[in-house]
Amino acid sequence: MVPVMAETLLKVDGLQAWYGESHILHGVGFEIGHGELVTLLGRNGAGKTTTLKSVMGIVEKRTGSVTFEGRQLVGHPSNEIARLGIAYCPEERGIFSSLNVEENLLLPPVVKPGGMSLAEIYQLFPNLEERRRSQGTKLSGGEQQMLAIGRILRTGAPLLLLDEPTEGLAPVIVQRIGDIIRQLKSRGFTILLVEQNFHFAATVADRHYVMEDGRVVDMIASADVQQNIGKLQAYLGV
Amino acid sequence: MFELLGIPPQALFGQLLLGLINGAFYAMLSLGLAVIFGMLNVINFTHGAQYMMGAFAAWLMLTILDIPFWVALVLAPLVVGLFGIVLEKVLLKRIYHLDHLYGFLLTFGLALVIEGLFQWKWGSSGAPYPSPIPGGTNLGFMFLPTYRGFVVVAALVICLVTWYGIERTKFGAYLRAATENPTLVRAFGINVPRLITLTYGLGVGLAALAGVLAAPIQQVSALMGVNLVLVVFAVVVIGGMGSIMGSIVTGFGLGLVEGLTKVFYPPASNTVIFVVMAIVLLVKPAGLFGQTK
Repeated sequence: MVPVMAETLLKVDGLQAWYGESHILHGVGFEIGHGELVTLLGRNGAGKTTTLKSVMGIVEKRTGSVTFEGRQLVGHPSNEIARLGIAYCPEERGIFSSLNVEENLLLPPVVKPGGMSLAEIYQLFPNLEERRRSQGTKLSGGEQQMLAIGRILRTGAPLLLLDEPTEGLAPVIVQRIGDIIRQLKSRGFTILLVEQNFHFAATVADRHYVMEDGRVVDMIASADVQQNIGKLQAYLGV
Repeated sequence: MFELLGIPPQALFGQLLLGLINGAFYAMLSLGLAVIFGMLNVINFTHGAQYMMGAFAAWLMLTILDIPFWVALVLAPLVVGLFGIVLEKVLLKRIYHLDHLYGFLLTFGLALVIEGLFQWKWGSSGAPYPSPIPGGTNLGFMFLPTYRGFVVVAALVICLVTWYGIERTKFGAYLRAATENPTLVRAFGINVPRLITLTYGLGVGLAALAGVLAAPIQQVSALMGVNLVLVVFAVVVIGGMGSIMGSIVTGFGLGLVEGLTKVFYPPASNTVIFVVMAIVLLVKPAGLFGQTK
């Protein structure tokens, strides 16, 4: 069964990006419909994180086209891109040590109506409420990840960019993050998820884009994963 | 009357008050430096010149426009802070990606140019500024000029308000977060370049505010910030670069240490702060309140 594509929310076309002299992305193209949960899979260094950063506007140089709700993002600084309704959760989590848990949660400004309230976020992550006065970086790895996800849910941004939210976490926490990501999807968030952990990705996503050497080389719907398991393993080198 | 190690109380408390007043200026100035350094990563060597500009702005407002002290206390920091904002937008923002040395050369050069211009126009002998609250109180053990008492209280209030603004408000949370990870804060939708410009304006305005407060105590002169800024840099190093509370506590503390030295061993009073700096650097290289990055 081929999933019916909803109206396109984010469309990336011919995206190239550089860090200094090194050319990382060589023409990335993919799209995500409203309410979809799509992953970028690929080996280390394939350009998944750089793709997220290029959408967000935090690479040194990028060309090509990224449109969000029909608006061109290339050429705009990241603060303007965020205000259009894209929220970013970085791989290194980016918890601020000079802010306590609640200050971290309240830091990203609300950009659109319809975001979750602080109470709803605490309901989703009870641990964070218990530790709301603790220094952000004193939390455990799993709690920090929950804080990094939680703080972008207040903003009302309909598109979430999540960079390896399960990296380095214990299996039971990975499961918990999976539950939360599924809940977010059912609440109507559109999610672009970068993952190394293919087995995790397969349990939450609608479709998977496979990246290699700075390009998207394949697209596999979650329903077709079993038929394509050999091909996927070859792509990911597992 | 009591005597302390043969020191008459008038001399002791007189010097302590002087130390407290000096400390008030050290605290206000090093606070501005700390705020600017935290956000811009630039050591603002123009700070002394901007302090002087605050005093001059108040003096010019009084002598030319007949604007009283209390109005100038608000107006002069705004004008000088605005000048800082222009400076940041035109010059400073071009050097953030370069080595610290360039920031030093630029801000130091600017200080020389600004002080040179003021000296060329108004000379270096200095002009008096009348005290806005003349008179004083005899406390029994010493005479307290009212204006000096006011300066100490005003400086304390200014320092605490600044501390509160940075540590307890939303704007302060943006500042602290942007100091740590400007890229991510910007990716949340905050205009970090504008935040940086505002921070510089704020730090410069704080220096100018100290300058206005100093005008009735000191002569208003082109070079009034030159020596002061050297001591203030020592205070910042002792307190720890970028630490807000550190700057406040160290500023007042070192003013008192200096005052006490004047009583007990006057020859050392000009150097005591630098001796403390050397010792602190040996024992705690990041400063008393600083964190190693």
